[in-house]
Amino acid sequence: MKKYTYTESKDTRSGFGAGLLEAGRQNDKVVALCADLIGSLKMNDFIKEFPERFFQIGIAEANMMGIAAGLTIGGKIPFTGTFANFSTGRVYDQIRQSIAYSDKNVKICASHAGLTLGEDGATHQILEDIGLMKMLPGMTVINPCDFNQTKAATLALVNHVGPAYLRFGRPVVPNFTPSDQVFEIGKAVMLNEGTDVTIIATGHLVWEAIQAGEELEKLGINAEIINIHTIKPLDEEAVLNSVSKTGCVVTAEEHNRLGGLGDSVAQLLATKRPTPQEFVAVNDSFGESGKPAQLMEKYGLNAASIVAAARKVITRK
Amino acid sequence: MSADINKLEQIASQVRRDIVRMVHACQSGHPGGSLGCTDYFVALYFYAMKNDPSFNMDGIGEDLFFLSNGHISPVFYSTLARAGYFPVSELATFRKIDSRLQGHPTTHEGLPGIRIASGSLGQGLSVAIGAAQAKKLNQDDNLVYVMMGDGELQEGQVWEAAMYAPHNKMDNIIAAIDYNGAQIDGATKDVLSLGNLRAKWEAFGWDVMEVEQGNNMAAVIQGLDEAKSRTGKGKPVMILLHTEMGKGVDFMMGSHKWHGIAPNDEQLASALAQNAETLGDY
Repeated sequence: MKKYTYTESKDTRSGFGAGLLEAGRQNDKVVALCADLIGSLKMNDFIKEFPERFFQIGIAEANMMGIAAGLTIGGKIPFTGTFANFSTGRVYDQIRQSIAYSDKNVKICASHAGLTLGEDGATHQILEDIGLMKMLPGMTVINPCDFNQTKAATLALVNHVGPAYLRFGRPVVPNFTPSDQVFEIGKAVMLNEGTDVTIIATGHLVWEAIQAGEELEKLGINAEIINIHTIKPLDEEAVLNSVSKTGCVVTAEEHNRLGGLGDSVAQLLATKRPTPQEFVAVNDSFGESGKPAQLMEKYGLNAASIVAAARKVITRK
Repeated sequence: MSADINKLEQIASQVRRDIVRMVHACQSGHPGGSLGCTDYFVALYFYAMKNDPSFNMDGIGEDLFFLSNGHISPVFYSTLARAGYFPVSELATFRKIDSRLQGHPTTHEGLPGIRIASGSLGQGLSVAIGAAQAKKLNQDDNLVYVMMGDGELQEGQVWEAAMYAPHNKMDNIIAAIDYNGAQIDGATKDVLSLGNLRAKWEAFGWDVMEVEQGNNMAAVIQGLDEAKSRTGKGKPVMILLHTEMGKGVDFMMGSHKWHGIAPNDEQLASALAQNAETLGDY
């Protein structure tokens, strides 16, 4: 098992904030919008440096999506910022008609996704956003795993033409992705080559997958670990190549098991290479208040759950 | 620029013919609001706006128009075709399979002149505001026009946008409301009353003006001249455009019934007899 180390833990939302600032410096067409959550989205540095390119919308997310769509007409590259719940479910029709169907180059940037939002509870802990967004034709869906990868993903979106959903979160997590790693949209990152089971993880579950790989190694199980940061378009080749070696797969995500990464992988495998699969995901329920780590344990979204799923899926080969 | 009212009225007559023929040909679509807004569309595209039919999506250096109540697509399509954005022969494909003229306007099929999809109501004012913000950033001093239906004002997003535009001094926007007092289920006053629209928009900080005769070409031209003169003064401009649904076709007027149904052969003949062929039918 390849060794992964990190010197600090940071929140992915701060990776977005750092990436947005850099994006603004690299390209003067980049503009940012926020619906009264500047601090939560870490947009302060961008605003300080580019005040004329920032739009405070107020608590009016539907209006924000429409304004973002309009800003593209005139060549701007808008990045919207609010919580994942208010970035998707609240404004689904605005995104569907004014952005996706209208082919607008809007980057929908969504923080506080999933259970790890913590104490605010289920009203804010959206677990359906990946599904909502990946169902929209032409929408790119990205869920990076740590600070460095979120920063790199934000920068990659500047040169990507078309609507995109970038999902990140609130808690601090180990920052292990090399800061100079190039972010290729739609290209999986191979974290560990193995032969017994494929673990495909996204977002905060990637670090859990690495820890699970270490546990499995102690049990004599050699896990292949893949970070799928781009859920759509899915890196089909990476998935198919891996399961052709290992013959079974575990998918892991901080999302409802319906509509997420696991669904996408299952659909691919069902049509191209039927393979036993186990899902580490929320089992079609809402979340609740609590500490992030408590919630991830209660809802089965940690390394221990991945280990259990891996052991189970191997017996189904 | 002085307007040739007679010429504009002739264009409007042809657009009205196009509308009823398009809706008749596919036996679906929305003739009522389209006919009511015909004079305004013709005045915009053949008089008020600085626009380039060779069409570039970004529209830098020209005025832009957004249609929020996308169901009146027949008047939009006819006006664009007659203004040279695409061949008038294409109007025959309206709402048919493999057409760029979808039931509601879309950019998805690449139809020149369309900059946003609309149909699901309440979204166009926000989009227009975004485009107007881009114009300000680009130091492009041309204007952004947007039209909404009056029933559409029942959508909450409109009021989010209504609050935003004056706060941000979006004085390069001329919005218009097709104030015909009717929607699918009946009169707006019965379905969900709009109350005092002028007072509402003024309370939000808009510079509101009314065109009492929205189906009188001279009055529409005068109203647009007035609206343009009010831009650049710190406030977005709102035109309450009093129109009559179905205007120009007697049996479609005075009722909400023709919001979204098509005429039969006999009704088509009657409608065409009331609107002269001035530019040649498609």
